[in-house]
Amino acid sequence: MKIYGKHRFPGRLFIVEGIDGSGKSTQLSLLHKWLESQGYVVFFSEWNSSPLVKTVTRRGKKKKMLTPMTFSLIHATDFADRTEHQIIPPLKAGAVVLADRYIYTAFARDVARGVNPEWLRKLYAFAVKPTVGFYFRISLDEAVRRLRAGRKALKFYEAGMDLGLSDDIEESFHIFQGRIIEQYEKMVEEFGLQVIDATLSIEEQQAQMRQLVTQTLTDTKKTRIRRWLDLASLAKGSQV
Amino acid sequence: MARFSFFGEGLPGIDLGELKGKLIVLEGMDGVGRSTHIELLKQWLETNGRAVLVSSMTRSTLAGKRLRQAKEGHTLGSITMSLFYATDFADRLENEMIPALKAGFVVLVDRYVYTLMARAIVRGVDSEWVQDVYRLALKPDGVFYLRVGIDELITRVLQGTGFDYWESGMDLHLGEDMYDSFVEYQSRLLAQFDRMVESYGFDVIDASRSIEDVFGDLKERVLRMLDQRAPQTTS
Repeated sequence: MKIYGKHRFPGRLFIVEGIDGSGKSTQLSLLHKWLESQGYVVFFSEWNSSPLVKTVTRRGKKKKMLTPMTFSLIHATDFADRTEHQIIPPLKAGAVVLADRYIYTAFARDVARGVNPEWLRKLYAFAVKPTVGFYFRISLDEAVRRLRAGRKALKFYEAGMDLGLSDDIEESFHIFQGRIIEQYEKMVEEFGLQVIDATLSIEEQQAQMRQLVTQTLTDTKKTRIRRWLDLASLAKGSQV
Repeated sequence: MARFSFFGEGLPGIDLGELKGKLIVLEGMDGVGRSTHIELLKQWLETNGRAVLVSSMTRSTLAGKRLRQAKEGHTLGSITMSLFYATDFADRLENEMIPALKAGFVVLVDRYVYTLMARAIVRGVDSEWVQDVYRLALKPDGVFYLRVGIDELITRVLQGTGFDYWESGMDLHLGEDMYDSFVEYQSRLLAQFDRMVESYGFDVIDASRSIEDVFGDLKERVLRMLDQRAPQTTS
């Protein structure tokens, strides 16, 4: 036990990756709604959201006390808690789990901060291998254009300001996110990520995702989950 | 040539050549008298004009408080717990130990990565994985392992504070009650420590003797280490 690698759980795990502004969260939430409408039991898990660890991360960021190493480890702790509590149990129960950002986010960011890539891969050896990992590819300029249109100020760590790349937060963000894209691109082949062209229309991207996801969802799985759902609502005394 | 090295990949952005002090670790199970000896060593070294820093587990500024709280809830999975401890450790390594070593301090560490690895392994975490995680750590100058047998340990705990939830490994459901669980858990931990004696080159000190005798031994060995490793960099 404990090194999950390629899982043999009956559930399915779909994850999305990409830099901010790539539109991955929009696509994941569309996929979420669709899967539910098809009768699947869907669980959603978001990067950096374990209630247990979040307060430490938030405080560490606010007080700027994180080094590349502790930044890496606190996110790994968060991810481990979510793996043990939010990801593995539903997968065992045969549900569909969706994750907004996964270990590849850690690999990209932490390596961009100077942490050793081989060590990181060992650190995350306990992670469950996703059924499909989607990478939303977008150019830095296009992502920045989108972010500018809809968003507030850049954050310190998000812009890699802890690395002293530039005193100008905008410039630092550019350099740092550029490094992250470089890492993502390297990982496409290493981990067999499914590349989605994030400049296509929202509908087109969603159609591609649904097609790939459908291939991995067999009929048997669906009926079994349906029956379970029916039982669950019967227990609550409601009609299906 | 740097005197210090990492177990593996280490930490980014650290120039090992800048580290001048001594990194001394005391290891051993709960109740063997580690903290007493750390305190005695500190006083003795300071009296002799050495600057000393003590670093203890779950005392990091970043994660210490939350980690201690999380333990009270008993809700942490074993991998999560290992990584939370690793975060606490890395924060102390980077913000306490390394700056002190740069300044030429003697750094006394009350339990290092060995306790963290032993506990994780006893809780079913893959031993290779947890060793990989701690490839980020600095190799200490010396590890003094205060060893007592399981029977002696039980007597000490009974005379002291009594059985504690975590020290009895109650989260592992090893026995019918705290006593059974304590014996089983501590025996497993002891076996892990004993296994590490050779692989990590622990200096074993028989801690079943009087405080004076144990401290006498420690003093002698620390002194030898400080003389040997101090300013000479001829070869």
